[in-house]
Amino acid sequence: MEHAMTLTRGIGFGDLVAQRTKISQLSVATENKIEMLHFGFHYGAFKAVHDVTMAMPTNRVTAIIGPSGCGKSTLLRSINRMHDATEGAHAEGILRLDAMNVYDAAVDSVLLRRRVGMVFQRPNPFQLSIFENVAYGLRVLGIRHRGTLAERVEQSLRRAALWDEVKDRLHSSFGTALSGGQQQRLCIARTIATNPEVILMDEPCSALDPIASLKIEDLIYDLREQFTIVIVTHNMQQAARVSDFTAFMLMNREKRYGELIESGPTDQLFTKPHDKRTEDYISGQFG
Amino acid sequence: MRISIRTADSDVEGHMAQRTTPPEWSTGKSPLRHGDVPFRAGTIMLASAVVLLVFAIAWMLYTSSQEARTAFGWDLLFGSAWNPVQTELNPISFGGWPAVRGTLLSACIALIIAAPLAIGIGIYLAELCPISLRTPLSFLVELLAAVPSVIYGVWGVFVFIPFFNTAFATPVSESIGTFLPWFAGPIATGRGLLVTGVILALMILPTIASLTRDVLRLVPNTQREAMLAIGATRWETIWLAVIPYSRAGIIGAIMLGLGRALGETMAATMLVGNTQRISGSLFAPATTAASLVANELTNSVSSLHESALIAVAFALFGITLFLNFGARLLIWYVERNTRGGRS
Repeated sequence: MEHAMTLTRGIGFGDLVAQRTKISQLSVATENKIEMLHFGFHYGAFKAVHDVTMAMPTNRVTAIIGPSGCGKSTLLRSINRMHDATEGAHAEGILRLDAMNVYDAAVDSVLLRRRVGMVFQRPNPFQLSIFENVAYGLRVLGIRHRGTLAERVEQSLRRAALWDEVKDRLHSSFGTALSGGQQQRLCIARTIATNPEVILMDEPCSALDPIASLKIEDLIYDLREQFTIVIVTHNMQQAARVSDFTAFMLMNREKRYGELIESGPTDQLFTKPHDKRTEDYISGQFG
Repeated sequence: MRISIRTADSDVEGHMAQRTTPPEWSTGKSPLRHGDVPFRAGTIMLASAVVLLVFAIAWMLYTSSQEARTAFGWDLLFGSAWNPVQTELNPISFGGWPAVRGTLLSACIALIIAAPLAIGIGIYLAELCPISLRTPLSFLVELLAAVPSVIYGVWGVFVFIPFFNTAFATPVSESIGTFLPWFAGPIATGRGLLVTGVILALMILPTIASLTRDVLRLVPNTQREAMLAIGATRWETIWLAVIPYSRAGIIGAIMLGLGRALGETMAATMLVGNTQRISGSLFAPATTAASLVANELTNSVSSLHESALIAVAFALFGITLFLNFGARLLIWYVERNTRGGRS
């Protein structure tokens, strides 16, 4: 009974196959990169996320929206196990990446994070040159060859649409000396340099001005060719602009935990939401 | 009054209210600010008192050492014979080199031993320690810093020296010491620069460790997360992101420890052997500037003797000042090279 309920709340994996054909602009059919089955997350005794069942398709942008405190960041960070160092944090249910449960005891979180990169809310470049900021991840992977490093750094900076702005000062300027928007693109370059399969973005534009935000959004749109992207945003317009799928989360007032209200293709969720609460939220009557 | 605001595509006109008397907030006599002046003056006085104190100490050391400085000049610093009393063989002379050398050597030994250990402790406390252990452990480390130096001295004399002699000094002097003069025997009382250095290391360890912990805690979590997110291990995160970020602070912590090691008097006096002789061996009794002054000033035999001791104190003052200044420069340089780009 409960199982059936959650599946209608989230997208069932069967539903997703049907939905693929509806998204006309996406020509290639796609698999689910990430699947969550009754997934929940606790900080000690406090339950932050309750019973999420949803899927994030390969090479698509999935947006998680919802008001502050609804657990969307917690959910995002549980995908690459960023909570591992937090005492008392633990997951329940299943979170699968390519059909492998991420919370399986055999999964090494370091190797997991090499496949699932992350871009944070505030740009967090290292206090190093622009070149080293991007090269750091490669060095961690054990790449030492100078030619390879230079090539991968250039490639990543080009992919992050930052190359032309910084190519003359790769070694002379600090990453921290760039503008906020440039810093965020540098962080994206650092993330894609290590060639992950999934990129998680935790409100990547919330510290940026509108023009810098638009540049990042363009970039996200381009990047999905190569990566599966999951983006948390409190900006509904942004979710509507960049994402293919959207999940709406809300805090359960009684139980004080975040739960998934519904998820589905972005155009459908924004135009014909199934749940009254989703409708209230996207029409601005809530949160 | 009629005002007009002209912008690119519109003219706005309006009226600004006229007043005959200025409002009370523009009379320049706000009663709210009366406290500011004495507060400012008071803090300026307190701050300048610190500067004055440093200069007063320097001036006192300078003038009181006048007699010895005119008599011996640079020999006070670099001469190696210290004879306060005239004998048939030795004329009166005051050469402070054994003391200055002892100070520098024992402080260096202390730093070489303490810095890596303390940084390791700091890293553990700040990064790896479970939260439930962090507070009690930090408290214990800080407690170590609060132990009076005479207690370290007593412990050194009765516990550490006997242990050190049998476990380290004797075997080392009989093996490595036979060809390396630093570790040459004989081990007589066991007092010497190496023992002093080790105890000094224990004394400065908590200072460096707790300061290191503090500067590591100041590293924003975003830096750790950035490193973890590109697939770095815990070790790589600490070594490649956390430590480089706080490099300047860690150097500052080490320098504070060095300052304490240079000036430490009580423990050094009890452990160093107080012998005005330069020996190539770190096991041989020696002296430090601070312990020389502390030992001889109260029973100085002449005004020249007293003046010479003050000159040694002056030299110690100069060394610590110079090293602190150097540390500032180093920190400034490191900061410019790690954070300077933030503009």
